[in-house]
Amino acid sequence: MRPEILNSGYGTGTKLLFKLIALFSRQPVPDAAKLVFYRPDFYGSLAKEFTHEAMRGPSAWSVGDRELMAAYVSQVNGSAFCIAAHTATARQAYQDGPKVAAVLADLDSAPIERPLRETLRMLGKLTAEGKLSAEDMRDVLASGVSREQVGDALAVCAAFNTTDRLADAFGFEVLSPEGFEAGAKYLLRRGYR
Amino acid sequence: MVTADKKRAAYRALQDRILNGEGAASPEQRARAFSNAGLDAPLDRLIGKVATRPTQVTDADFAAARAAGVSDDEVFELVICAAVGESARLYDAGWAALAEATDSEEAG
Repeated sequence: MRPEILNSGYGTGTKLLFKLIALFSRQPVPDAAKLVFYRPDFYGSLAKEFTHEAMRGPSAWSVGDRELMAAYVSQVNGSAFCIAAHTATARQAYQDGPKVAAVLADLDSAPIERPLRETLRMLGKLTAEGKLSAEDMRDVLASGVSREQVGDALAVCAAFNTTDRLADAFGFEVLSPEGFEAGAKYLLRRGYR
Repeated sequence: MVTADKKRAAYRALQDRILNGEGAASPEQRARAFSNAGLDAPLDRLIGKVATRPTQVTDADFAAARAAGVSDDEVFELVICAAVGESARLYDAGWAALAEATDSEEAG
Protein backbone atom coordinates (compact mmCIF):
# COMPACT_ATOMS: atom_id res chain seq x y z
CA MET A 1 0.00 0.00 0.00
CA ARG A 2 1.00 3.62 -0.16
CA PRO A 3 2.02 5.68 1.70
CA GLU A 4 4.56 3.42 3.44
CA ILE A 5 3.09 3.84 6.94
CA LEU A 6 0.12 1.70 5.83
CA ASN A 7 2.55 -1.22 5.41
CA SER A 8 4.80 -0.66 8.40
CA GLY A 9 3.08 1.67 10.84
CA TYR A 10 1.37 -0.85 13.11
CA GLY A 11 2.05 -1.65 16.78
CA THR A 12 3.49 -4.95 18.02
CA GLY A 13 0.08 -6.34 19.00
CA THR A 14 -1.47 -5.56 15.63
CA LYS A 15 1.51 -7.06 13.76
CA LEU A 16 1.09 -10.24 15.81
CA LEU A 17 -2.63 -10.30 14.99
CA PHE A 18 -1.85 -10.01 11.25
CA LYS A 19 0.57 -12.95 11.57
CA LEU A 20 -2.06 -15.06 13.32
CA ILE A 21 -4.74 -14.22 10.73
CA ALA A 22 -2.35 -15.16 7.92
CA LEU A 23 -1.44 -18.38 9.71
CA PHE A 24 -5.02 -19.53 10.27
CA SER A 25 -6.46 -18.39 6.94
CA ARG A 26 -3.34 -19.54 5.02
CA GLN A 27 -3.71 -16.29 3.02
CA PRO A 28 -2.02 -12.89 3.35
CA VAL A 29 -4.09 -10.35 5.32
CA PRO A 30 -6.00 -8.28 2.74
CA ASP A 31 -5.05 -4.59 2.60
CA ALA A 32 -8.74 -3.73 3.19
CA ALA A 33 -8.47 -5.43 6.59
CA LYS A 34 -5.10 -3.81 7.40
CA LEU A 35 -6.30 -0.29 6.61
CA VAL A 36 -8.92 -0.26 9.37
CA PHE A 37 -6.20 -1.13 11.91
CA TYR A 38 -4.11 1.93 11.04
CA ARG A 39 -4.95 4.64 13.60
CA PRO A 40 -8.43 3.12 14.03
CA ASP A 41 -9.55 6.11 16.06
CA PHE A 42 -9.31 8.30 12.95
CA TYR A 43 -11.18 6.15 10.43
CA GLY A 44 -11.28 2.39 11.04
CA SER A 45 -13.56 2.12 14.07
CA LEU A 46 -16.41 4.30 12.80
CA ALA A 47 -15.98 3.10 9.20
CA LYS A 48 -16.34 -0.53 10.31
CA GLU A 49 -19.45 0.34 12.30
CA PHE A 50 -21.09 2.11 9.35
CA THR A 51 -20.12 -0.55 6.81
CA HIS A 52 -21.32 -3.37 9.05
CA GLU A 53 -24.64 -1.59 9.60
CA ALA A 54 -25.06 -1.03 5.84
CA MET A 55 -24.06 -4.56 4.82
CA ARG A 56 -25.32 -6.70 7.72
CA GLY A 57 -27.71 -4.48 9.71
CA PRO A 58 -31.50 -4.81 9.48
CA SER A 59 -32.78 -4.49 5.89
CA ALA A 60 -35.39 -5.95 3.56
CA TRP A 61 -32.46 -6.57 1.17
CA SER A 62 -30.68 -9.89 1.69
CA VAL A 63 -26.94 -10.06 2.42
CA GLY A 64 -26.46 -11.39 -1.13
CA ASP A 65 -28.39 -8.44 -2.61
CA ARG A 66 -26.24 -5.97 -0.68
CA GLU A 67 -22.99 -7.71 -1.63
CA LEU A 68 -24.16 -7.60 -5.25
CA MET A 69 -24.82 -3.85 -4.91
CA ALA A 70 -21.28 -3.46 -3.51
CA ALA A 71 -19.84 -5.39 -6.48
CA TYR A 72 -21.93 -3.41 -8.96
CA VAL A 73 -20.98 0.01 -7.54
CA SER A 74 -17.33 -1.11 -7.50
CA GLN A 75 -17.59 -2.14 -11.14
CA VAL A 76 -18.92 1.30 -12.08
CA ASN A 77 -15.92 2.79 -10.25
CA GLY A 78 -13.51 0.34 -11.91
CA SER A 79 -12.07 -0.64 -8.52
CA ALA A 80 -10.33 -3.98 -9.19
CA PHE A 81 -9.85 -5.09 -5.57
CA CYS A 82 -13.44 -4.34 -4.54
CA ILE A 83 -15.01 -5.84 -7.67
CA ALA A 84 -13.25 -9.14 -7.02
CA ALA A 85 -13.85 -9.11 -3.26
CA HIS A 86 -17.59 -8.44 -3.45
CA THR A 87 -18.23 -10.56 -6.53
CA ALA A 88 -16.81 -13.48 -4.54
CA THR A 89 -18.88 -12.55 -1.47
CA ALA A 90 -22.13 -12.13 -3.45
CA ARG A 91 -21.50 -15.44 -5.22
CA GLN A 92 -21.03 -17.27 -1.91
CA ALA A 93 -23.98 -15.50 -0.26
CA TYR A 94 -26.39 -16.41 -3.08
CA GLN A 95 -24.73 -19.76 -3.79
CA ASP A 96 -25.21 -18.66 -7.40
CA GLY A 97 -22.17 -17.60 -9.39
CA PRO A 98 -23.91 -17.37 -12.79
CA LYS A 99 -26.49 -14.87 -11.48
CA VAL A 100 -23.77 -12.55 -10.14
CA ALA A 101 -21.76 -12.84 -13.36
CA ALA A 102 -24.88 -12.09 -15.44
CA VAL A 103 -25.65 -8.90 -13.48
CA LEU A 104 -22.10 -7.61 -13.89
CA ALA A 105 -22.07 -8.50 -17.60
CA ASP A 106 -25.47 -7.00 -18.55
CA LEU A 107 -27.90 -5.65 -15.97
CA ASP A 108 -30.83 -5.50 -18.43
CA SER A 109 -30.83 -9.19 -19.30
CA ALA A 110 -29.70 -10.64 -15.94
CA PRO A 111 -32.09 -13.12 -14.26
CA ILE A 112 -33.07 -10.96 -11.25
CA GLU A 113 -36.34 -9.40 -10.08
CA ARG A 114 -37.29 -5.92 -11.22
CA PRO A 115 -36.91 -4.16 -7.81
CA LEU A 116 -33.26 -5.23 -7.50
CA ARG A 117 -32.57 -4.41 -11.17
CA GLU A 118 -34.01 -0.89 -10.87
CA THR A 119 -32.14 -0.32 -7.61
CA LEU A 120 -28.81 -1.38 -9.13
CA ARG A 121 -29.48 0.87 -12.12
CA MET A 122 -30.14 3.82 -9.80
CA LEU A 123 -26.97 3.17 -7.75
CA GLY A 124 -24.93 2.88 -10.95
CA LYS A 125 -26.22 6.18 -12.28
CA LEU A 126 -25.65 7.98 -8.97
CA THR A 127 -22.10 6.62 -8.80
CA ALA A 128 -21.25 7.43 -12.42
CA GLU A 129 -22.91 10.85 -12.69
CA GLY A 130 -22.95 12.10 -9.11
CA LYS A 131 -26.61 13.04 -9.30
CA LEU A 132 -30.11 11.64 -9.66
CA SER A 133 -33.46 13.14 -10.61
CA ALA A 134 -36.76 12.63 -8.81
CA GLU A 135 -37.82 10.79 -11.98
CA ASP A 136 -34.97 8.28 -11.57
CA MET A 137 -36.14 7.65 -8.04
CA ARG A 138 -39.81 7.33 -9.04
CA ASP A 139 -38.78 4.54 -11.45
CA VAL A 140 -37.24 2.66 -8.54
CA LEU A 141 -40.26 3.18 -6.26
CA ALA A 142 -42.64 2.18 -9.08
CA SER A 143 -40.83 -1.16 -9.40
CA GLY A 144 -41.96 -2.06 -5.88
CA VAL A 145 -38.96 -0.89 -3.82
CA SER A 146 -39.91 0.75 -0.50
CA ARG A 147 -38.45 4.08 0.64
CA GLU A 148 -36.70 2.23 3.45
CA GLN A 149 -35.08 -0.10 0.92
CA VAL A 150 -33.90 2.89 -1.13
CA GLY A 151 -32.30 4.34 2.00
CA ASP A 152 -30.65 1.00 2.77
CA ALA A 153 -29.30 0.76 -0.81
CA LEU A 154 -27.94 4.32 -0.61
CA ALA A 155 -26.01 3.32 2.53
CA VAL A 156 -24.36 0.43 0.62
CA CYS A 157 -23.57 2.88 -2.18
CA ALA A 158 -21.94 5.35 0.24
CA ALA A 159 -19.91 2.61 1.93
CA PHE A 160 -18.51 1.34 -1.36
CA ASN A 161 -17.91 4.68 -2.99
CA THR A 162 -15.73 5.36 0.04
CA THR A 163 -13.97 1.98 0.08
CA ASP A 164 -13.45 1.89 -3.71
CA ARG A 165 -11.69 5.27 -3.56
CA LEU A 166 -9.47 4.19 -0.69
CA ALA A 167 -8.66 0.87 -2.40
CA ASP A 168 -7.43 2.63 -5.53
CA ALA A 169 -5.78 5.62 -3.85
CA PHE A 170 -3.92 3.53 -1.26
CA GLY A 171 -3.22 0.84 -3.87
CA PHE A 172 -4.74 -2.29 -2.28
CA GLU A 173 -2.93 -5.33 -3.61
CA VAL A 174 -5.21 -7.59 -5.68
CA LEU A 175 -5.32 -11.07 -4.11
CA SER A 176 -5.29 -14.51 -5.70
CA PRO A 177 -8.72 -16.09 -6.40
CA GLU A 178 -8.15 -18.24 -3.29
CA GLY A 179 -7.41 -15.12 -1.26
CA PHE A 180 -10.67 -13.48 -2.37
CA GLU A 181 -12.66 -16.66 -1.64
CA ALA A 182 -11.17 -16.83 1.87
CA GLY A 183 -11.98 -13.14 2.40
CA ALA A 184 -15.56 -13.66 1.23
CA LYS A 185 -16.00 -16.55 3.63
CA TYR A 186 -14.75 -14.35 6.46
CA LEU A 187 -17.10 -11.48 5.52
CA LEU A 188 -20.10 -13.82 5.50
CA ARG A 189 -19.17 -15.38 8.83
CA ARG A 190 -18.08 -12.27 10.71
CA GLY A 191 -19.28 -9.23 8.81
CA TYR A 192 -17.37 -5.96 8.70
CA ARG A 193 -16.90 -5.19 12.40
CA MET B 1 -37.23 4.99 7.79
CA VAL B 2 -35.74 3.80 11.07
CA THR B 3 -32.93 1.53 9.86
CA ALA B 4 -31.97 3.72 6.88
CA ASP B 5 -31.82 6.77 9.16
CA LYS B 6 -29.65 4.93 11.66
CA LYS B 7 -27.20 4.09 8.88
CA ARG B 8 -27.11 7.69 7.72
CA ALA B 9 -26.42 8.82 11.30
CA ALA B 10 -23.47 6.38 11.44
CA TYR B 11 -22.02 7.95 8.29
CA ARG B 12 -22.49 11.42 9.77
CA ALA B 13 -20.57 10.30 12.88
CA LEU B 14 -17.66 9.20 10.67
CA GLN B 15 -17.70 12.53 8.80
CA ASP B 16 -17.74 14.45 12.06
CA ARG B 17 -14.79 12.47 13.42
CA ILE B 18 -12.52 12.87 10.42
CA LEU B 19 -13.30 16.57 10.02
CA ASN B 20 -13.44 17.77 13.61
CA GLY B 21 -11.54 15.26 15.74
CA GLU B 22 -7.81 15.24 16.44
CA GLY B 23 -5.54 14.79 13.47
CA ALA B 24 -2.11 15.43 11.98
CA ALA B 25 -3.57 17.66 9.27
CA SER B 26 -5.31 20.87 10.31
CA PRO B 27 -9.13 20.89 10.36
CA GLU B 28 -8.97 23.50 7.58
CA GLN B 29 -6.91 21.20 5.33
CA ARG B 30 -9.21 18.29 6.09
CA ALA B 31 -12.26 20.38 5.21
CA ARG B 32 -10.63 21.38 1.89
CA ALA B 33 -9.89 17.74 1.07
CA PHE B 34 -13.44 16.72 2.03
CA SER B 35 -14.96 19.32 -0.32
CA ASN B 36 -12.22 18.85 -2.96
CA ALA B 37 -11.74 22.61 -3.14
CA GLY B 38 -9.13 25.16 -2.16
CA LEU B 39 -6.04 22.95 -1.76
CA ASP B 40 -2.68 24.11 -3.12
CA ALA B 41 -0.46 22.13 -5.50
CA PRO B 42 0.56 19.34 -5.39
CA LEU B 43 -2.15 18.14 -2.98
CA ASP B 44 -4.94 19.44 -5.20
CA ARG B 45 -3.97 16.91 -7.85
CA LEU B 46 -3.88 13.88 -5.53
CA ILE B 47 -7.09 14.85 -3.73
CA GLY B 48 -8.90 15.71 -6.97
CA LYS B 49 -8.08 12.26 -8.30
CA VAL B 50 -9.26 10.53 -5.11
CA ALA B 51 -12.58 12.34 -5.37
CA THR B 52 -13.30 12.00 -9.08
CA ARG B 53 -10.96 9.45 -10.76
CA PRO B 54 -9.34 7.33 -8.04
CA THR B 55 -8.07 4.62 -10.40
CA GLN B 56 -5.68 7.23 -11.84
CA VAL B 57 -3.85 7.91 -8.55
CA THR B 58 -0.14 7.07 -8.91
CA ASP B 59 2.92 6.65 -6.70
CA ALA B 60 4.12 9.97 -8.16
CA ASP B 61 1.11 11.77 -6.64
CA PHE B 62 2.14 10.51 -3.18
CA ALA B 63 5.82 11.31 -3.84
CA ALA B 64 4.90 14.88 -4.81
CA ALA B 65 2.97 15.36 -1.56
CA ARG B 66 5.90 14.04 0.47
CA ALA B 67 8.36 16.26 -1.43
CA ALA B 68 6.16 19.24 -0.57
CA GLY B 69 6.61 18.45 3.13
CA VAL B 70 3.26 16.73 3.76
CA SER B 71 3.71 13.83 6.20
CA ASP B 72 2.37 10.33 5.54
CA ASP B 73 -0.11 10.75 8.38
CA GLU B 74 -1.41 13.98 6.91
CA VAL B 75 -1.77 12.34 3.49
CA PHE B 76 -3.54 9.35 5.07
CA GLU B 77 -6.09 11.70 6.64
CA LEU B 78 -6.58 13.91 3.60
CA VAL B 79 -7.14 10.95 1.25
CA ILE B 80 -9.77 9.59 3.65
CA CYS B 81 -11.44 13.00 3.88
CA ALA B 82 -11.59 13.21 0.07
CA ALA B 83 -13.09 9.70 -0.27
CA VAL B 84 -15.66 10.25 2.46
CA GLY B 85 -16.47 13.73 1.16
CA GLU B 86 -17.26 12.60 -2.37
CA SER B 87 -19.30 9.65 -1.05
CA ALA B 88 -21.20 11.94 1.32
CA ARG B 89 -22.19 14.12 -1.63
CA LEU B 90 -23.49 11.06 -3.50
CA TYR B 91 -25.34 9.86 -0.40
CA ASP B 92 -26.96 13.30 0.05
CA ALA B 93 -27.88 13.50 -3.65
CA GLY B 94 -29.61 10.12 -3.40
CA TRP B 95 -31.60 11.17 -0.36
CA ALA B 96 -32.52 14.50 -1.98
CA ALA B 97 -33.89 12.69 -5.07
CA LEU B 98 -35.83 10.31 -2.82
CA ALA B 99 -37.31 13.21 -0.85
CA GLU B 100 -38.28 15.01 -4.05
CA ALA B 101 -39.87 11.86 -5.52
CA THR B 102 -41.86 11.02 -2.41
CA ASP B 103 -42.90 14.59 -1.52
CA SER B 104 -44.51 15.05 -4.93
CA GLU B 105 -46.05 11.58 -4.64
CA GLU B 106 -47.65 12.50 -1.33
CA ALA B 107 -48.75 15.91 -2.66
CA GLY B 108 -50.21 14.36 -5.81
